[in-house]
Amino acid sequence: MSEDTQSKKLVAGWFSFTCCEDSTILLTELLNDHLDEWKKVVDFRYLRALKSHNSMENLDVAFIEGAISSKSQAEEVQKIRANAKYVVAIGSCACTGLPSASRNEFVSDQINDRIKWYMNNFDYSQKVQKLEEVIQIDDRVPGCPMNVQIFNTILTKYLQLLNITAA
Amino acid sequence: MHTGEITIDNITKIEGSAGLKVKIENDAVTDLKFIIQDYRRFYTEAVKGKPTMAVPAFLSRICGTCSVAHLFASLKAIEQSQGIELTPQSKLLRRLAYDGLMIRDHALHLYFFVLPDILGVDSILDIPDDESLGHTLLHDSFDIKRLGTDITNVTIGAAIHAPIPTVGGFLRLPDPSKFPELISRLEAIRPVVLRGIKTFFDWPESLIRNSDYMYLRNNNQFDFLEGDICNSNGKRTSSDQFLSFLEEVIIPYSQSLGYTQSDIHKDFLVGSLPRINFNRDLLHPRTRADAEPYLTVFPSNNIQHNNLAQAIEILQCVDDAIDILKTIQINPDEKPVRVPAKAGVGVGVVEAPRGILYHMAKVDDRGLIVDYDVIVPTSQNQITIENDLKKYFNENLQKSETELHHDAEKIVRAYDPCMSCSTNFLKIDWIRS
Repeated sequence: MSEDTQSKKLVAGWFSFTCCEDSTILLTELLNDHLDEWKKVVDFRYLRALKSHNSMENLDVAFIEGAISSKSQAEEVQKIRANAKYVVAIGSCACTGLPSASRNEFVSDQINDRIKWYMNNFDYSQKVQKLEEVIQIDDRVPGCPMNVQIFNTILTKYLQLLNITAA
Repeated sequence: MHTGEITIDNITKIEGSAGLKVKIENDAVTDLKFIIQDYRRFYTEAVKGKPTMAVPAFLSRICGTCSVAHLFASLKAIEQSQGIELTPQSKLLRRLAYDGLMIRDHALHLYFFVLPDILGVDSILDIPDDESLGHTLLHDSFDIKRLGTDITNVTIGAAIHAPIPTVGGFLRLPDPSKFPELISRLEAIRPVVLRGIKTFFDWPESLIRNSDYMYLRNNNQFDFLEGDICNSNGKRTSSDQFLSFLEEVIIPYSQSLGYTQSDIHKDFLVGSLPRINFNRDLLHPRTRADAEPYLTVFPSNNIQHNNLAQAIEILQCVDDAIDILKTIQINPDEKPVRVPAKAGVGVGVVEAPRGILYHMAKVDDRGLIVDYDVIVPTSQNQITIENDLKKYFNENLQKSETELHHDAEKIVRAYDPCMSCSTNFLKIDWIRS
């Protein structure tokens, strides 16, 4: 195997938006068993939960957790989309919006008044959106937290697609 | 730095999103804002009208890492509102599950977020595969976290959003045949945990400020789930009077409320540091004996000792779990305690990994939620974190911007804050004030 092939890694970003970050926590649990193996084939270029120095440039795959609550969050995921070959929605909030999108169902005037204060003081969008409503996605890992088996299958899929194997 | 601004858009290696803005003029900090940036999800509004049985599992979604703390606080609040008293077996099993939570949650914070600072690397991903202490500690963390997760898997079905606990008890009881293996692994992990305790003890990082503290105390044992609310000024009351300790503070630039003490209007600190400062006499005898050299620094006003306190709590939970697993006799016929729905108000207060967590449930006579409130530790610590940062910056402005940035992150990280937790709640009173 050539040196070039040996050093080739999947360039990945892991991003969190509005959610409880349970899939991020689950990812840190998966590292108990997979860190040594993944370090050989994955370059985590953006993973704010674990790194201070992060970049979203030239990602092969962006894993995005959480629903989208604001214009600034929407702009951020559009920027991620522009920098990534593939985007995978991670967990229930990214895949369906729920439960983070619970406020979309609020109807009473009283509750709307309460929420209005936050809407006026921060840049909340009118509705919380699932990821697919904001950007095109290529795959999804459902679950609350994400389904580990599906995540592993999708990670393997992209490693194979990009012809990346452990040296 | 003489004059200028320092902005950290996103503080890293914490749960959730927070930032920091510091304005410096003529060698003095003129403005400093610690900003919790996670968007609110309004879960305490979303549960209104829902049946009590559905609420704890929903509210565990407040937080990924301490979901078990929210689950148990919510169960306690609803059980109290309905006059449900748990059986001794259910209490013991919840205590065991909570030991698992603390072991995993503290280890995640200490080894994945703080350890890179001790080793002088950016991330656990940068720890080399060699024979170094850093590599050993990283692999220690895998074993510790895995064990904490497995304790929760056996007792409550999962470490994140556990499906087994329910109002009045457990939907399914654990299989006792799995206990001996857990006991063996817990015994084997003790020297590994002690290696971590020594590492955090030896780290000279320090920020000392004379903070006030608040914590839960059960005079009978070191306890995260039962006890009175105490503060460092000698005030003590039952946990359902927790609100009487607090004064809400509007922080217009933050997505989370802040809190001060209601009587003296000063900030305060919750978490492992006050728990070890004031409850170390209650630690398990084995923990106290083996951690004795490291307990000498307590009581401490050094916020970085919150890390050491968490490391000692891991050992406490290991020893407590061993005792429970060795002695508990599971009655397989026990069912959850259920009563007809009635109107009532209940409060559930627990020590979450990061400090005191409060849930309040008001229920109508059909068993539906009328009102709900949650106060999380990171909201309580928010003003203290900001004041610590002000002190640090005012005393260290001669340092480079890179150093200031890095040190500020270390101070915030010491609190093990969770922004996901702190932005789910909606209060109306202060909006009108």
